[in-house]
Amino acid sequence: MEFSKLFELVVSASLINNFVFTRFLGLCIFFGVSRRMETAIGMSVTFTAVMMISAALSWIIFRHVMIPLEITFLKIIIFIGIVAGFVQASDTIMRKISPGLYHKLGIYLALISTNCIILAVPLINAGERYSFLESIAFALGSGLGFALALIIMASIRERLELADVPAPFRGTPIAFIVTGLIALAFSGFAGLIKI
Amino acid sequence: MLTEILHLLQLPDMFPFIVPCAGVGGGIEAREHVELLPLMKDTLVFLAAIGTLFGLGLALAAKKFSVTIDPKVEQVKEFLAHAHCGACGYAGCEQYAEAVVRNPEVPPNLCVPAGTRGAEAIALLTGKKAAVRERFFARVMCQGGWSMSEKRCSYEGVQDCRAVILTGGDKACRYGCLGYGTCARVCPFGAIAMTEDHLPFVDPDKCTGCRKCEAACPTRVIEVLPESQQVLVSCHSKDKGSETRKYCRVGCIACGICAKVCPFDAPVIQQNLSRIDQKKCTVCGLCVRKCPTGAIRDLLLPRPKAFILPHCTGCQICGNVCPVDAPSGEKNSLHTIDQSRCIGCGICAVLCPVHAIDGTFNAPQVFASGEAREKAA
Repeated sequence: MEFSKLFELVVSASLINNFVFTRFLGLCIFFGVSRRMETAIGMSVTFTAVMMISAALSWIIFRHVMIPLEITFLKIIIFIGIVAGFVQASDTIMRKISPGLYHKLGIYLALISTNCIILAVPLINAGERYSFLESIAFALGSGLGFALALIIMASIRERLELADVPAPFRGTPIAFIVTGLIALAFSGFAGLIKI
Repeated sequence: MLTEILHLLQLPDMFPFIVPCAGVGGGIEAREHVELLPLMKDTLVFLAAIGTLFGLGLALAAKKFSVTIDPKVEQVKEFLAHAHCGACGYAGCEQYAEAVVRNPEVPPNLCVPAGTRGAEAIALLTGKKAAVRERFFARVMCQGGWSMSEKRCSYEGVQDCRAVILTGGDKACRYGCLGYGTCARVCPFGAIAMTEDHLPFVDPDKCTGCRKCEAACPTRVIEVLPESQQVLVSCHSKDKGSETRKYCRVGCIACGICAKVCPFDAPVIQQNLSRIDQKKCTVCGLCVRKCPTGAIRDLLLPRPKAFILPHCTGCQICGNVCPVDAPSGEKNSLHTIDQSRCIGCGICAVLCPVHAIDGTFNAPQVFASGEAREKAA
């Protein structure tokens, strides 16, 4: 029962309530790094990892410090601080411990620290009052959903490069149109699971 | 309060939870009455505590995991081209800068786009010697623009060579330039422009020889060659001569005239295609004049013509070696060169025993090597 609930959370966060295509969050990064498949994959790996760890950290602080002290109204500012602090620390540590990984993913870390998806995950976790495991599952699902969105978009945009797009639509405009069409397709997932 | 927090963090208490609040929107409980003073106290203490915690944590992390960055790496990076073209063999400019500073065996002249000035500056910074590296340019080995060549079919799909090649190409010749400008789009330096006849034109001032176009071209018709290689068989067609003639007006038909006319045996006919051996070629340009289809391109045009300096001894060697019989004159008297006949091949300038012939493209090198020999003697 517990496991099926977690699975439902992962599916709902990645497909039904996909952050990019149904909640329209994280669009700046989505359009920024979906030009090439290589950067898209690097970004989604980093994103998922950061999301899960920051969800766990903020869950502990929210549940064990902020609720007892009755200062839950501070959650936005505290979650921003937690994510930024964690990202900065991992940036420093990664540079020392594995420079190879840092060269590959380091550029994305700076972009992540103030991203809206990363902030939305702990906020939704807090709002829905998910348990610890549920929070992690939700973060994992969100990360997978974002990765899916980025990879779909990157593969389409690599083809768009070759396509004969009318001049006024070249670049970002056609990317927005494509995103709209994918979002339309993703609305077909609605009603897959009822929670 | 600290003990309270510690107590709350204990693992057995983590599951299951008693949610002590009600309300919509993330656990913000609706209350009729708020006690302002304790709330402010808690807020301030909590924010100060978490701020100090993060601050100390980050400071410790920065201290413990500090990475010493060699200031030289930054300085070297400033001289690189920042095109991340990969011509140096490293993943990016940063990696090359690091390698050239740390590893004494990495030469400082690998950044082709930075040119000799960049190489000298990097050599100075790293204490290495910058060997002069010959410049390389992208050369398009096809002259068959759309007006010069035949089409197999009419193509109306995606306007990119990489897409055209999926159909097998719309040109009758399978080896030539397709002319849809992929190379011009991938060039990071904007050195390639498409001519009206749908052939790429490489601007030698902007081309750095980074090989991006060579890699992108689906027919592999672009070759990156050293600057000194100025006479090129600009055709890749391995079709039989009769077929090539049908497909294109400027293709190499492998007639072998270039091989016969060359005094240095540089052109070799292989697989229905002439190829000039770079080591043997002296860039004299004789083959360019004799090629019946004009497939051999001379990048030195217009060639400066030879003239004779007053210290000519009249040995008549120039007259014997000239392929067009331009020099004339009695033995032991000053010769003259017929300017209307001279093609500027530079053969006489090389062979003149007293270096009395000037004006050809290779004259400065001939004089320089002559002086060096005299000094050595």
